[in-house]
Amino acid sequence: MYIIIIGGGKVGYYLARQLLAENHEVSVIEKDERKVNWIEEKLGSIAISGDGSDALAQERAGAERADLLIATTNDDEDNLVSCQIAKYKFNTPRTISLSNNPQNEFLFDLLGVDVTLSTTNLILEHIEEEIPPHLLTRLTTVEADTELVEIELPSSFKARGKKIKETPLKDSVCLIVRGEKKLVPPLNEFRLEPHDRLIATVNTKKEEELFSLVLGE
Amino acid sequence: MKIVIMGCGRVGAQLAILLHQEGHNVSIVDINPTALERLPEDLLDMAIVDDGTDEEALKRAGIEGSDAFVVVTDNDNRNVMAAQIAKHRFNIPRVICRIYDPQRSELYKSLGLEALSPTTIFIQLLKKKIVQS
Repeated sequence: MYIIIIGGGKVGYYLARQLLAENHEVSVIEKDERKVNWIEEKLGSIAISGDGSDALAQERAGAERADLLIATTNDDEDNLVSCQIAKYKFNTPRTISLSNNPQNEFLFDLLGVDVTLSTTNLILEHIEEEIPPHLLTRLTTVEADTELVEIELPSSFKARGKKIKETPLKDSVCLIVRGEKKLVPPLNEFRLEPHDRLIATVNTKKEEELFSLVLGE
Repeated sequence: MKIVIMGCGRVGAQLAILLHQEGHNVSIVDINPTALERLPEDLLDMAIVDDGTDEEALKRAGIEGSDAFVVVTDNDNRNVMAAQIAKHRFNIPRVICRIYDPQRSELYKSLGLEALSPTTIFIQLLKKKIVQS
């Protein structure tokens, strides 16, 4: 395949190197003369000095015979225009764009870019996988050793289906929200269900023990 | 008319002043706070510092329900992007954008944007003057 990459920064450079290693034909269009020289030094004469969102630069890169254009600059507007020029002026069959603003994933799709990858979203997804779900939020300290906390019950937990009065949370729950509804007292009689949200007063010293009894697997 | 102007350079600021004098409801957005210094006191309340290529920022600038959106920053690509957001995301009936590069301007005209290229317009003016004399 013949692939044009817009932007010779970190992403553009490593992408070019990888694609060359996979035997694709690659050109990189880059504004910064120093980066152009650096790429030429490392990867051979594949870099073109110019504005990738300019039809002239794309023409010099041979855009009319490209199979794919990938826009990797740090400026979303430059990536969008690069892809639109390729698509609508040179009929490039496939365009891929990076976007920094996650909102632009939807917008670029609407405006004709074939694939948009939001770098922010990709990073967030990976970080979220590393962070355990947030089950407990401390709201305020009531007395020296008593706290008001919000608990979000996960999909599975030890005390699932048990009445509150049968659990260590007995007499300490002051509010249960199930779906969009607030449940009506006596709260001790309710059975704990996944995704319930509770507000409860708990003893700070017994907090950990209490949660392993209720939430533990 | 309710009009949002993006880009408070010489053109944007002067346009805002003229439209305001004629009684239109104008608001202005520019990413650079010092650009707003071009505006007179009575227009400062209608200006915000924000990135107009961001949908949320355009909402803050009051784009929803506007009659017209004019984008005249000095960056062609930002103009093109904001104009397309206004047209396709907010369905603003009249969207006008400045594109210096004549080639880019022609392309986006063919895609349905109302694009004005100062370069092309000035060339035509110059040519006319030369031919007349």
